[in-house]
Amino acid sequence: MDRIKTEELTGAQILIRCLQAEGVEVVFGYPGGAVLWIYDELFKQDKVRHVLVRHEQGAAHAADGYSRSSRKVGVCLVTSGPGLTNAVTGIATAYMDSIPMIIISGQVPTHAIGEDAFQECDTVGITRPCVKHNFLVRDVKDLAMTMKKAFHIATTGRPGPVLIDIPKDVTTHSCEFQYPETVSMRSYNPVKKGHAGQIKKAMQLLQQAERPMVYTGGGIVLSNAAAQLKDLIKRTGFPITHTLMGLGAYPATDDQFLGMLGMHGTYEANMAMQHCDVLLAIGARFDDRVIGNPAHFAQNPRKIIHIDIDPSSISKRVKVDVPIVGNIPDVLDEFLVQLRDKNPQNISAWWKQIGEWRGKDCLKYDRQSKIIKPQFVLEKLYEVTGGDAFITSDVGQHQMWAAQFYKFEQPRRWINSGGLGTMGFGLPAAMGVQMANPGATVACVTGESSIQMCLQELSTCKQYRLPIKIINLNNKYMGMVRQWQQFFHGNRYSESYMDALPDFVKLAEGYGHSGLLIDKPADVEPALRETFKRKSDLVFLDFITDQGENVYPMIPGGKGITEMILSEDL
Amino acid sequence: MRHIISILVENEAGALSRISNMFSARGYNIESLTVAPTEDASMSRLTVVTKGSDEVIEKITKQLNKLVEVVKVVDLSEAEHMERELMLIKLRAGPKEREDVKRMADIFRGRVIDVSDNTYTIELTGDGAKLDAFIQALDQSAILETVRTGACGIGRGNRILRA
Ligand SMILES: Cc1ncc(C[n+]2csc(CCOP(=O)(O)OP(=O)(O)O)c2C)c(N)n1
Repeated sequence: MDRIKTEELTGAQILIRCLQAEGVEVVFGYPGGAVLWIYDELFKQDKVRHVLVRHEQGAAHAADGYSRSSRKVGVCLVTSGPGLTNAVTGIATAYMDSIPMIIISGQVPTHAIGEDAFQECDTVGITRPCVKHNFLVRDVKDLAMTMKKAFHIATTGRPGPVLIDIPKDVTTHSCEFQYPETVSMRSYNPVKKGHAGQIKKAMQLLQQAERPMVYTGGGIVLSNAAAQLKDLIKRTGFPITHTLMGLGAYPATDDQFLGMLGMHGTYEANMAMQHCDVLLAIGARFDDRVIGNPAHFAQNPRKIIHIDIDPSSISKRVKVDVPIVGNIPDVLDEFLVQLRDKNPQNISAWWKQIGEWRGKDCLKYDRQSKIIKPQFVLEKLYEVTGGDAFITSDVGQHQMWAAQFYKFEQPRRWINSGGLGTMGFGLPAAMGVQMANPGATVACVTGESSIQMCLQELSTCKQYRLPIKIINLNNKYMGMVRQWQQFFHGNRYSESYMDALPDFVKLAEGYGHSGLLIDKPADVEPALRETFKRKSDLVFLDFITDQGENVYPMIPGGKGITEMILSEDL
Repeated sequence: MRHIISILVENEAGALSRISNMFSARGYNIESLTVAPTEDASMSRLTVVTKGSDEVIEKITKQLNKLVEVVKVVDLSEAEHMERELMLIKLRAGPKEREDVKRMADIFRGRVIDVSDNTYTIELTGDGAKLDAFIQALDQSAILETVRTGACGIGRGNRILRA
């Protein structure tokens, strides 16, 4: 008699067993009343490690950074009510960048739902617009299947965060447990293979192109298609640009890479986008920070091929000629097969034109400056780390300079909040990165305003000995806000000056770390070298940088992709 | 352009709000929305009437398809289909007005389903234009209350929507 062995377990036990079955090694979380039974079970086992953050926003960003920097799924665990609402910024951040992530939230007991119970909130309602999907588990018998579905949904198709809300009584009720091996949902079947006819059409366009251009985004990174992309670019000889989210997919030091495009993209990348005759867009979504004004973009005729797993991203802002819905690596494999015995066309005239645009040297800055230039710090950071670090960032000028000046050679090394633009992301995300990549070099590039948004996580870093290097570009301004105010609001620096800044060195020391203030260009490199030698310490480097420096090039909001302000214009 | 979109969706708590949420979050308009279970109790069928250019309708169907609980989406207006809406309308109908009201209901093939001393309640089905026409044809001051279900629709002939 073959009987499938099952066990009677409580909801809390089932939850932990599901995490183990999914291979989850780390959970970032913060306890509270509704999740006490879950914490009790965490305590009793040692397969799933719990990292105690200092604020639930940090838990969500850490789980997110964990996902982004590895091929694993970040998990965070928060209590009901304020625990969950604190995590919402982190959930929305992950959602905007399509990051696979699991959020487990406690909820008041099922019988209390809807009665405005203590620490009750409508979690499923609050998070609905910023998750790929969410579930409220009302019956312990549904818990295992729901967990299985949650991981499946988070990681397949266009990935995204999935939330499971678990009422407290469900964690104490028990039922027979068996983790389902497979999951099938009639309403959810993401495509894989691209349409053969469309691929053929795309190949024809690419082969006839005189001015081809490849533009890729976060989709390449998320679908692990960097190898295929590199093959494609090398075989065709085409120029390539990345969005902010795509950096690292193609090696930045390679000659065919034109740098990042978009609002703060390079002159050559933006010009090539506008003037190409065939554009191959892969895992990117033509958003406002990338192509600027779509009407201006449409002024130049070009054929557009767009590969994406999500049909709703295609022809959303820009009309596409050849849509290809599919899993990017599968589609690119097919491209490569069709290219096998074809010789690439001669596009030397196009490269000559691109070379002229490159001649503008649009990222140049004053290297003689007696005040530290932020760009200089990032160049040195790149040199000192050999281009091999994981770099997280916050949001602002420092983020753009990091994107422009750190040459990412591999995917999943550049970790930033592109879609939502969440200040406070950098430090907790770096914790997740370090947890997923023990022993790796992790630096957080930040600004004095951003770092203060999740500063409390310095305490978490101490507890778990996370040797993150914090590169604080301290211009004493919300620099990006100040820049907009300078350009578009007549130099009226309304509330963008950060007065009463803390002494960051002492602050770092207060948390048990080391800190160093650097205010001379000559000290930048030595300080970085010293810091990165300290493999097991968190070091907070407070660089006092030029307060007036701006990020160039810049496409003003609503303007066309070629209507860039260059440093030489001012 | 007016479009009538049929959606098959898992009959799960929250599925309806996911759909209506998507419309409001992305600024698409809903003229009417109806929902009820189908012969398969695990599934509901929604009918949404919306307005938009072809591009907007394409975006709407893509966004609907993206929702995890949505099983199928069809723009009924793409091909031959039928549409019906139910209206219940309460009219002032004292001894003087009764005959007129009854006659008007007959012309539109409505049925009187409730009578009181001074009111008639009429049930009328048809497409939206027919219901509008009926309302227009009435003495406006006699209308006490109207309730309409919003449109539901189905394809003609062998055009079948199922999971
Ligand atoms: C949570 C949040 N609030 C507000 C903003 C708007 N914002 C974008 S950049 C920026 C200034 C950031 O200043 P800082 O961290 O010092 O970086 P800098 O631009 O000076 O490099 C602000 C306020 C945001 N992106 N995120």
